[in-house]
Amino acid sequence: MDFSSLFHEFGELTITGLAQGSIIALFALGYTLVYGVLRLINFAHSEVFTIGAFTAVITWGTLGLNQDSPTPGPAGLIGYLALGLVVATMASGITAVIIELVAYRPLRRRNAPPLAFLITAIGASIALSELVGVLTNRNNRGVPRLMKQASLVHIGDANITNLQILIIVVALVMMVGLDFFINHTRLGRGVRAVAQNADSAALMGVNKNRVISLVFLLGGLMAGVAAVMYVMKIGNIRYDSGFYLGVEAFTAAVLGGIGNLRGALLGGIALGVIENYGAGLFGTQWHSVVAFVLLVLVLMFRPTGLLGESLGRARA
Amino acid sequence: MTTTAGTPQSPAAGTPESKQPRGGVRGWLGNQPKSVRWLLIALAVLGGYLLPYLADVPVLGPQLITQGIDWPSALFNMAYYVLLALGLNVVVGFAGLLDLGYVGFFAVGAYSVALLSSPDSVLGTKWVWIATIPVAIACAMLSGLILGWPTLRLRGDYLAIVTLGFAEIIRITADSSQTLRGDRGFAAIPHPPGKSPDGTPIFGVRDATPYFWLGLTIIIVVVLALRNLDRSRVGRSWLAIREDEEAAEIMGVRTVKYKLWAFAIGACIGGFGGVLFTGEQGFINSATFQLQFSILVLAGVVMGGSGNMAGAILGGALISYIPDRLRGVELFNRDAYQYRFLLFGVIIILIMIFRPQGIVPSRRRELELKDRAKEVAPQ
Amino acid sequence: MSEPHIESTEWENEAARHRVDQPFPTGPAPAAAVAPVRPVEGALLEVDNVTLRFGGVVALDQVSFSLGQGEIFGLIGPNGAGKTTCFNAMTGVYRPTLGEIRFAGQRVTGHKKHEITRMGIARTFQNIRLFPEMTALENVMVGADAHHKTSVLGALFQVPRHRREEAQGREGSLRLLDFVEVRHRAGDLARNLSYGEQRRLEIARALATRPTLLCLDEPAAGFNPAEKTRLLELIRRIRDTGVTILLIEHDMRLVMGVTDRIVVLEFGKKIAEGTPAEVRDDPKVIAAYLGVPADAA
Repeated sequence: MDFSSLFHEFGELTITGLAQGSIIALFALGYTLVYGVLRLINFAHSEVFTIGAFTAVITWGTLGLNQDSPTPGPAGLIGYLALGLVVATMASGITAVIIELVAYRPLRRRNAPPLAFLITAIGASIALSELVGVLTNRNNRGVPRLMKQASLVHIGDANITNLQILIIVVALVMMVGLDFFINHTRLGRGVRAVAQNADSAALMGVNKNRVISLVFLLGGLMAGVAAVMYVMKIGNIRYDSGFYLGVEAFTAAVLGGIGNLRGALLGGIALGVIENYGAGLFGTQWHSVVAFVLLVLVLMFRPTGLLGESLGRARA
Repeated sequence: MTTTAGTPQSPAAGTPESKQPRGGVRGWLGNQPKSVRWLLIALAVLGGYLLPYLADVPVLGPQLITQGIDWPSALFNMAYYVLLALGLNVVVGFAGLLDLGYVGFFAVGAYSVALLSSPDSVLGTKWVWIATIPVAIACAMLSGLILGWPTLRLRGDYLAIVTLGFAEIIRITADSSQTLRGDRGFAAIPHPPGKSPDGTPIFGVRDATPYFWLGLTIIIVVVLALRNLDRSRVGRSWLAIREDEEAAEIMGVRTVKYKLWAFAIGACIGGFGGVLFTGEQGFINSATFQLQFSILVLAGVVMGGSGNMAGAILGGALISYIPDRLRGVELFNRDAYQYRFLLFGVIIILIMIFRPQGIVPSRRRELELKDRAKEVAPQ
Repeated sequence: MSEPHIESTEWENEAARHRVDQPFPTGPAPAAAVAPVRPVEGALLEVDNVTLRFGGVVALDQVSFSLGQGEIFGLIGPNGAGKTTCFNAMTGVYRPTLGEIRFAGQRVTGHKKHEITRMGIARTFQNIRLFPEMTALENVMVGADAHHKTSVLGALFQVPRHRREEAQGREGSLRLLDFVEVRHRAGDLARNLSYGEQRRLEIARALATRPTLLCLDEPAAGFNPAEKTRLLELIRRIRDTGVTILLIEHDMRLVMGVTDRIVVLEFGKKIAEGTPAEVRDDPKVIAAYLGVPADAA
């Protein structure tokens, strides 16, 4: 364990953790939304992310922007970024909705037991990730550099880059938007109603199927944004990139309180930061182990998470 | 005079029809007298041992055997997959605990053998393969308990993801740790012992047939052991836990103990699979134990029919046989074998939608997984 | 009486037809269907000032009562009074926020559910919680397993003790099925039994755990008068074997007819206790069930 590394790079690790945590938080929203409404861990959400990411990168590629291209200027940055966000969110959203329609809805119609849903979820996840893997030959795909990373702010000896600020800002904007949607719109009310009591909601005229598709769509949109942020930060993407991030995101959702949107935000940021400290201490290859271990600890000792669950209980 | 199964009793007035439809093969088999059933089982077992000679069967034989890989090796693959499916079936099928990281136990068994017997190992003990078996299995069981103990009170979905994490932690550890040698792995792992009359080792490197027979024998022993468990208070407890855990506990079932045992036994069998595998391959590294492998075995159990051993055997065999049979077949510029995870991922979805009880339904699972909306508590 | 036989020919799990060619013993059940009960000195069950809170809801409020061995004790009250909650507290499903429950002098609160069962408390459930995919016989055998000593390894190797306990468990369970008059359905899946048979099966399963105290949660719910009478007889027969019975019931005639003493709960509080005659005439009880007339001061 390398304490000196942790100590010296504390500021750096914290900032990186915040940025990474923002991505995780966005991704976590998808898990927490679906779990809150369906009590289901949507394992296939990680592929929703991956597909969004690849769509953005491939779109940029067809426009001639690939990993070797020079960074575009400010106008180009905004243009490409906007385009990337649009196609990624569309692809992710559509994928998410299709997954629900094809894999989960038939089971819901049959009132299948939860075990069946879980099995299907993992089947969908493997099928999609393998599909992407086969199509991409399991290769790493490089991502074009959209912005020149420049240090904008100094705090102590930690640098905050423009990219990190972008990520954090974008994540916050999406969160606020989602929060507003859920809490202040009619459709959002429908979501909350179905999450709390689907049958009563149906009796009140809420179209359960429509709400569920909406929930998947929203989660997909968030994942699409997270995907673009991720590829900009990491610089490459692979067919299984979604998997580890997915586990981290789910951990974050549980950490913050499953079903709780603000919990997902808090959990994501907390996890990002903790993982970075862990990487500082133990070395980067162990960082997903940190996530798993944290998940087990949270589930054992505080299964309702930091902010408490909005819906349902973790313990049997 | 009492009848054994088969003669329907006319239902008393007012009571619901109490007979389950005795479908097809299962019903016919169940209705045969015991001696006939034992004979059929004996024939099946004999047929199993004769499988390496399948190519000699006229007409069908050459069609069925694998092209892209030699048939005895394909059979051996089927053997250890079946063993893994049987083990996972104990955890998922009998006890109803969704374990997504089953490859972890396989890895523990395999690495135990490697550490104790390979010349590459830092332990330097260089045991023979047979000597490593009890230690490897004990380690696997221990890992099952280590996994089981903190996770037992968790709900099914949380349990699933934690088991996933467990397998990944093992893989990452194997990858990163010096002792476990990452992707350099362990080579020159000794094979099972034995010399044939002419002095050459029985378990050599060229012919996988003896390994297959060894695997088949282990499978038979495991099946007998599991059968004993199923027909005892252990099997009843597992089923009760699956049906209604709280009610089971209130009826005196020690749920924690039996869930732990399910993990331990499943881990033990998985570990044994690892032992067998290493003995044949002679080499393992961290790339051997990917997560997809766990999902593949799960697909086998689910597809074959979880909750019953015949289903697990069939499913395990299929998840190995089908990809191996497709080796050498070109599909979109790739060897079809590469598509196996994709194929079985899709199959999982299709099975859960259209035939969740699997190919060989356990009487119980069939009723359990079908439309539960009809299963409203009476009045 | 129709031919008893086991229907299940399950390829895998033959627990129900362990010995295929052996017929069931026919004829009247031997007297020892229900296991002999150990005598207990002093109160059998003491509920001592128990309060149970769920968040803001007070489900039980300083409830105290005790029962002696051999009684048939009734626990009544309007819906939501806390009767099933009381059962759940006794059997370890809930943990009282305050107070204590003692069984034969031993603390019950804080023990695991299966430990409490082994101490001698058994129960049935308000909404029937049988194991639907197991046969009637298997359901009862699960209860019988509670006192078996065979270990997992013992079962694995089919040691003599395992075989003995299996045979004893099976025989004992069949006798219990006979005792509750469900023997003819021994080989049928629990989910396929009629409603009345399921309720009686649940009682058999609870009796298989060899309880000293049997808690029945609305055992007559949904029964017609004939079935209720039959149940009454069954309850008396159970009491005659020495098992103490604690009964939650809504049917006043049933309760008044079979119980020795009654405790009445309302909104989590005990409002009356006494013999059926005393309770029936208690104005608080009448008010609880029927409400206070609008013109009462």
